[in-house]
Amino acid sequence: MSLAERIQEIATEYPQRRSAILPALRLAQEEYGWLPPEALREVGDALELAPAQCEAVASFYDMLHLAPVGRHLVEVCTNLSCALVGAQQVLETFETELGVKAGETTEDGEVTLRALECAGGCGRAPVVVVDHRYHEPLKPEDVPAIVEQLRAGP
Amino acid sequence: MPARSVLLSGTDERDLTKLDEYRAVGGYKALSKALKMEPAAIVEEVTVATLRGRGGAGFPTGRKASFVLKEPPTYLVINADESEPGAFKDREIMLRVPHRLIEGCLISARAIESQEVFIYIRGEYLAEFEVLRAALDDAREAGLLGDITIVLHRGAGAYICGEETALLESLEGERGQPRPRPPFPPVNGLYGRPTQINNVQTIATVPAIIELGGAEFAKIGPENSPGTAVFSLSGNVVNPGNYELELGTPLRELIYDVGGGVAGGRELKAIIPGGSSVPILTPDQIDTPLDFDSIAEAGSFFGSAAVIVIDDRCCMVQLALRAEKFYMHESCGKCTPCREGTRWLVSLLQTIEDGRAERADLDLLLSVCDRMLGKSLCALGDFAVYPVASYARHFREEFEAHLDGRGCPFDGESSIEGIFA
Ligand SMILES: Cc1cc2nc3c(=O)[nH]c(=O)nc-3n(C[C@H](O)[C@H](O)[C@H](O)COP(=O)(O)O)c2cc1C
Ligand code: SF4
Ligand code: FES
Repeated sequence: MSLAERIQEIATEYPQRRSAILPALRLAQEEYGWLPPEALREVGDALELAPAQCEAVASFYDMLHLAPVGRHLVEVCTNLSCALVGAQQVLETFETELGVKAGETTEDGEVTLRALECAGGCGRAPVVVVDHRYHEPLKPEDVPAIVEQLRAGP
Repeated sequence: MPARSVLLSGTDERDLTKLDEYRAVGGYKALSKALKMEPAAIVEEVTVATLRGRGGAGFPTGRKASFVLKEPPTYLVINADESEPGAFKDREIMLRVPHRLIEGCLISARAIESQEVFIYIRGEYLAEFEVLRAALDDAREAGLLGDITIVLHRGAGAYICGEETALLESLEGERGQPRPRPPFPPVNGLYGRPTQINNVQTIATVPAIIELGGAEFAKIGPENSPGTAVFSLSGNVVNPGNYELELGTPLRELIYDVGGGVAGGRELKAIIPGGSSVPILTPDQIDTPLDFDSIAEAGSFFGSAAVIVIDDRCCMVQLALRAEKFYMHESCGKCTPCREGTRWLVSLLQTIEDGRAERADLDLLLSVCDRMLGKSLCALGDFAVYPVASYARHFREEFEAHLDGRGCPFDGESSIEGIFA
């Protein structure tokens, strides 16, 4: 099924088609890696919305990317509970291992590192989310193995 | 106080994500019972149970249901957007007893004569979404849904979408910005239709109420806040985790008996009882019972039942700064006091932390708090004030020690040093 067809199918689950915009943007992002103008146009066409409306919605949500991101996404929770048990050391170790600062992508475009607000894993802190899968708790000494896996992986 | 289990009951012995296992512990019996009851009678049981919403505000659930206009189509919306810093309880329910939530949805939908349920689940909760989807597929296949549809709708990363009207906007496909009230959702909610919105835990408690009967349920825990809650315990504590306890259990019991006390033999400095958005408590308040009224009397809120333990190595100015940066980032930008005030607070706290502030700046910090409180469209505008104002009030001396060029008294040794770099 094409992206447009999949979006239209999801839209039938809702009383109003526009409600499908978040799932649609998520699908488009999975296909494109981020949300370039052509992705917003495709979503807009499928839901009969202007691309600008799609962009306005996409820009509101942290999980939707209006700029390119790495093939892998490493997110380190830095909110209170994680901070209290050493999230900063975890983030710093990722920065050293990857050679980038939080918010940046490695030069080869492979990995984006960013700080995350409370991930809902505070009881097993510090929490790191790698490509949408939770690692909890993750200690600084676990970081090199994760980075190695990402570099070796598909 | 006994560690009574209602919400998580049966999860230690069995894998209740499986439909037959859930049925083996009496699952979906409450639904069968409810199907033989008149909708108004279901609402009545929940009202008699005096169940109070677990999403933060503690509003009586039965009363909320009774406000929903009986003009179809009406909707039931479940708030599974859990994003309050410190909270991870709804996640536990979705991962371990998804059918209890689904059963609660089916009973509650019947109570308001709604045929369509939306579960708005936090976007980051991928594993939880998968477990819930599998459970829903099984329930549907077993014919348990009857004429009710349940749609799982995933968010995309925005704390404000946990606020009920922002959630509705987001579900309608808009930016998640809160709506002015009135009208309230039971009159004019999703797509302009009468809508009931409840937290995951609130709805997952409903099967137990129908099973026991409202009057019997009301005997669990304190009179004005009966029932149990899954408390999320985190921070500097030996055994962090989720623990289901009767409401009214003293804070001391949760932190020391269940949680094993402060980690590393450190000293207790402060406790956040309901997630980062509520005022902080001090060690002398450790005997506060964990229920809506008692915590309010102690000057804070039950909030999300998310208890964060803070030991003596933490600089409270840094903690306030870390919390305020969260609210600055999450403010939806609609109201000036919230949008601008959070920026002001961050900048003033940074000045204080850096030792560049004078007494007048501390006064200004508190006056900005005053000018934000109660002056915004939604409660986030207040949540952004409570941490800063309460830390500054209870730890005034520590804030003052930073002033007049002295800088952080922890001198680089605070437990959360460097967190905002
Ligand atoms: C900024 C903000 C965030 C909120 N986040 C949540 C949340 O994640 N989950 C939740 O159930 N309620 C949250 N609430 C409370 C909801 O607005 C609402 O009161 C609640 O979902 C009602 O359910 P209840 O009556 O079952 O408690 C939030 C409120 C505000 C102001
Ligand atoms: S108080 Fe803040 S978050 Fe709430 S509507 Fe106003 S600007 Fe948005
Ligand atoms: S503070 Fe990190 S998961 Fe909650």
